[in-house]
Amino acid sequence: MRRAITVRVVGPLQWIVYPALIAIAVTVLLAIPFRLFGLNLPEPVFPVVLAFAWPLIRPSMLAPVVLFGLGLFLDLFWGGTLGLWPLSLLAVYGAILLASNFLAGQATIVLFALYVASTGLAFFLAYMITTLSLGNAPSILAVLGQVVPTLLLFPLADWLIQRFDDADVRFR
Amino acid sequence: MAFRDGPFENLKVPLAWTAAVVVVVGIVGAVMLLLGDSRQTTNADNYAPARAAFETGAAPVGGVLSAPVRWTGNAVDYVKGYFFAVSENRRLRAQIVELNAWRDDALALKNLNGRYEQMLGVKTEPPVPMVTGLAITDARGPFARSRLLNIGAAKGVRVGNPVLSEHGLVGRIMGVSSGNSRMLLLTDVASRTPVLVERTDARAMLTGDGSGSPRLDYIRGAGSVQEGDRIMTSGDGGGFPRGLPIGVAAKGVDGSWRVKLFSDRTAIDYVRVLLFQDFSQLADQNALNAPPLASLAAAPPPTPAQAAAIQDVATRRAAAAAATAERVRAANAAPPPAPVAAPPAATTTAPTTARPVAARPATASTRPVAPRPTIPAPVQPTSTPDAEPAPAPAGAAE
Repeated sequence: MRRAITVRVVGPLQWIVYPALIAIAVTVLLAIPFRLFGLNLPEPVFPVVLAFAWPLIRPSMLAPVVLFGLGLFLDLFWGGTLGLWPLSLLAVYGAILLASNFLAGQATIVLFALYVASTGLAFFLAYMITTLSLGNAPSILAVLGQVVPTLLLFPLADWLIQRFDDADVRFR
Repeated sequence: MAFRDGPFENLKVPLAWTAAVVVVVGIVGAVMLLLGDSRQTTNADNYAPARAAFETGAAPVGGVLSAPVRWTGNAVDYVKGYFFAVSENRRLRAQIVELNAWRDDALALKNLNGRYEQMLGVKTEPPVPMVTGLAITDARGPFARSRLLNIGAAKGVRVGNPVLSEHGLVGRIMGVSSGNSRMLLLTDVASRTPVLVERTDARAMLTGDGSGSPRLDYIRGAGSVQEGDRIMTSGDGGGFPRGLPIGVAAKGVDGSWRVKLFSDRTAIDYVRVLLFQDFSQLADQNALNAPPLASLAAAPPPTPAQAAAIQDVATRRAAAAAATAERVRAANAAPPPAPVAAPPAATTTAPTTARPVAARPATASTRPVAPRPTIPAPVQPTSTPDAEPAPAPAGAAE
């Protein structure tokens, strides 16, 4: 007698929508005005993880739309210049998408180097846009104070890629 | 003909291409948003309604999430207060002894200052009302440093209002909805605050750059800032009232002057919003830009008594002006003073005609003559009623 086989479908809900909602929830949670021993909570840019991992998992038309929405959320929630993070996140997504053929199946250390470059690109764009629009350059130390926590999120990006990368050659 | 039977039947666009098209469209949209945004500290930006709507939704979430943190802090303070009551009591007693002398000095100085102000007729600033609110979310990044407050336009908060903590100035309101408002911190990269150095009264501009200690730019005067100088608002430009404490000056690692904020001593949770209207809000631009004496056209006609008084004053002024003009004419018509006689020549035997002209000694004819002083005639008042001075009260005399 043949046993029933449970087919688990991994759709956009699993690898796009749920991670995006988690990113929003964590961002809101870390925005609590909490201070302990003179130190505040860190404020990493969680959507950078998604902008890096999504094009490596597979190309999708939904992912850039969600990234745009996430960027808009960051700008509104943090009270920054509108359009700053949508542009930075989509630039990272586009760059990784263009190079995804060469990046598939690379070792973790290579992916980390790529993640560092992606984070650097996003923050460089944000830095330049802020400087040009406000006529005042942000402090480099303050920028590093947000870059470093964002870099520490690489294990999440790596886990997301390993979890959902289907290695389907049709997407290469 | 069905679509599948058409020429696009076998057309399969790679998914990566469609994703790239969406990315390009998204980037164009983001650039359009950037170009349309004018994030300033004094005026509401172009996206104020969108921001207000978003914050109306985000504020309750932030309030719920920050409530446990607040409760925990209060509980810790309560326990600490219970266990450290004795040492706290001793510290407060010593502080009271120290502050009593300061209170007497302050009362004396306040009395003296009030008398000086009365004598000099100084127009002092009226007391500013304020409302207390609570910070419920906190943005601490390098590109945006702001906080969402749980008070808004319903309590009188307006864009531009200064915000204080118990230690000093924190920032100013940059966006308002009915029940919430967003406060731009002094450390935000878009923040500019005119300040003064208390010791030297030198002006500077406090410029945020996303770090914890904002920068002092455009410092007036060489050597006008020293380590430890108190920095406060100058009130220049009318955006802030003068004298709000901000912090102390310190040298940054990059060699620039920075300000260690008083408000950085503790967490910023409860804040006070000064319902202060800056000069640009108070001033009626139409009244300022109106032509001078434009209100005279709309003034009611004078009463017979006022008209008689005006006529009397005008007649007296005309007579006085005519008398002055007559005196000036008489002074100008008087003969000029007689020239000084030339000294007698040393030799009178030689004929004067034989001498060359250039060899003659200087006489009155070659001496430079000062121009005759003339008194300018006063402008005669015209008799047209439009040029008359403002109506004087009855009985006014020259």
